[in-house]
Amino acid sequence: MNLVIALAIGVLFGSGIWLVLRPRTFQVIIGLLLMSYAVNLFIFIMGRLMVDRPPLTLGDGLPDPTALTDPLPQALVLTAIVIGFATTALYLVMMIGSRGVTGTDHVDGRESEE
Amino acid sequence: MLGWLDHLILVPVLLPLLAGAVLIPINETHHRLKFAINAMSVLGLLVTALVLVQLTDGGHWSEDIGVYLAANWLAPFGIVLLVDRLAAMMLLLAAVIATATLLYSMVRWSRIGVHFHSLFQFLLMGVNGAFLTHDLFNLFVFFEVMLAASYGLLLHGYNVNRIRAGLQYIAVNLVASLVFLIGVALIYAATGTLNMSDLAARVATLGAEDLALLKIGMAVLVIAFLVKGAMWPLGFWLPTAYASASPPVAAMLVLMTKVGVYVIMRVWLLVFSDGGGEATGFGREFLLWGGLATVAFGAVGMLASQEQGRLAGYAAIVSSGTLLAVVGYGQASLITAGLFYLLSSTLAVAAFMLLIELVDRVRSPAAAMLAVTMEAFEFEENPAQPVGKGIPAALAFLGLSFAASTLIIAGLPPLSGFVAKFGLFHALLHPQAGGAVAAPAWTFMALVLVSGLIAIIAMMRFGVRTFWASGAVAPPRLQFMEAAPVTLLLFLCVALTVQAGPIFGFLERTSADLHQRAQYVDRVLSSPAVSAGAGEAER
Repeated sequence: MNLVIALAIGVLFGSGIWLVLRPRTFQVIIGLLLMSYAVNLFIFIMGRLMVDRPPLTLGDGLPDPTALTDPLPQALVLTAIVIGFATTALYLVMMIGSRGVTGTDHVDGRESEE
Repeated sequence: MLGWLDHLILVPVLLPLLAGAVLIPINETHHRLKFAINAMSVLGLLVTALVLVQLTDGGHWSEDIGVYLAANWLAPFGIVLLVDRLAAMMLLLAAVIATATLLYSMVRWSRIGVHFHSLFQFLLMGVNGAFLTHDLFNLFVFFEVMLAASYGLLLHGYNVNRIRAGLQYIAVNLVASLVFLIGVALIYAATGTLNMSDLAARVATLGAEDLALLKIGMAVLVIAFLVKGAMWPLGFWLPTAYASASPPVAAMLVLMTKVGVYVIMRVWLLVFSDGGGEATGFGREFLLWGGLATVAFGAVGMLASQEQGRLAGYAAIVSSGTLLAVVGYGQASLITAGLFYLLSSTLAVAAFMLLIELVDRVRSPAAAMLAVTMEAFEFEENPAQPVGKGIPAALAFLGLSFAASTLIIAGLPPLSGFVAKFGLFHALLHPQAGGAVAAPAWTFMALVLVSGLIAIIAMMRFGVRTFWASGAVAPPRLQFMEAAPVTLLLFLCVALTVQAGPIFGFLERTSADLHQRAQYVDRVLSSPAVSAGAGEAER
């Protein structure tokens, strides 16, 4: 399972980097999205991969730490998702604005001379 | 028990948040009201920052460190806000620059687009939060608040240049934020904590594997800070962004560069100072040489730039490179001088940013007018042209201010830039351990001198072209409210020079604090929560 997750993160991040370096704004935003997925997964597994263990218990008495997974990365990843979502939406608005004003979807705001 | 003075630590974050929120629903036609609310909030911040400086320097808290446990959670578990001399000083600097910028923007710039005032407040909230927080993930949140507001402000007065620069600025910063998250996650995986003091306490006892992971995490994290602090080669976005932003926004961006440097100073001195076991001194060489490369890059950039906005951007890069090298050099007395340099150069570059647009009116009054009308298309009502009385002797004022900011940025006597550089050289020539002056110190001094020379060449070239060689110079109309902020900032630099003794005393205490890691660990981890019983009794 560790290997699968590691590969998934690697593939997502790698594709993201490649897309971010492309000249079209649409490619850049997809790249940013892929990278943020990879980062979110990465934060999530930093609490170690555990199967069948809840982050919290609601029962009475002292909980048994070995039966629980680390709740903090889950809280962190929620925050990161929300913030990443908002900033990507903001980039989308910029992208549309740039397309409208410059008439091209090139990141430099003008087509490169061939 | 928490007195009301302890709650003051929260004010620099809460006040701009509330003011910004209140400003959103108010229609843009009530710009006087909006300005008044913004000004009240900024003045409140200024007063708060002054009080906090007094408190941290006046022995109000034990060890002069104020700790605020957010939501009453004990230290390593909850988020801690911490104010010490350094944080209080930075809050004061932020409030001063915000005051000047706001006054400047009143006449015209705040009216060329919508929601300037709200974004301004949110930017201040993010900056202040980044200064105060003592938790790495919370730092990320405040960074994002600051960046989100800065994206909006950079686009303020929507034109093609700003959109183009904005696209790149946002993309670079989004990637940097992702890198930040990776760094934070790695640090958490290695140490199981995100609280900076707790991190400092644990770093000495980490096993070899975890230590390696922590170092990787820190190295990744610092990339995100260095993008903000514009270290070479991560700072290419900066000159374009600064040159295309409207002047008040550019002045605030100058402040934002310093946030990156501040965070590096805080984290590095706390976690990797002496007593950190094997991790002591990690990454210092990298910061030192990276900072020196940044100074060289900035100096060459200054010489090459044809536009004043870019020139100022490169001046900011030089200043941030010098500060990074200061942190990397790892000597307490050098940090003292570096902090003085930080104050003086931030004020001077911000003043220069504000001055540029005024000077531009001398160069081509007609073009300046055209630019303003072009700015205005986003907003239905044309911004009021500078009407009413201009100040007398506008040209003399511009020339003098230009010369003063040049002197400070280049570090020539008699103003504060010289004092700062003198302090740096003095510290470099007197190594704490005694003995000979090391080779990096000579390189450092040579680079600072050369960059000063280049700064004076580049800026005088502009001065000569603008004031002497541009043919028919028409004295521009300057509003009092536009001239006052520039005067204020430059006057503060003069005050820094005159009061250099007491200020150096304060900065020495600041730098001495920063090197006492045990003090921070002790204060943060042992600060008691307000007990439920006491809360009940209060009610």
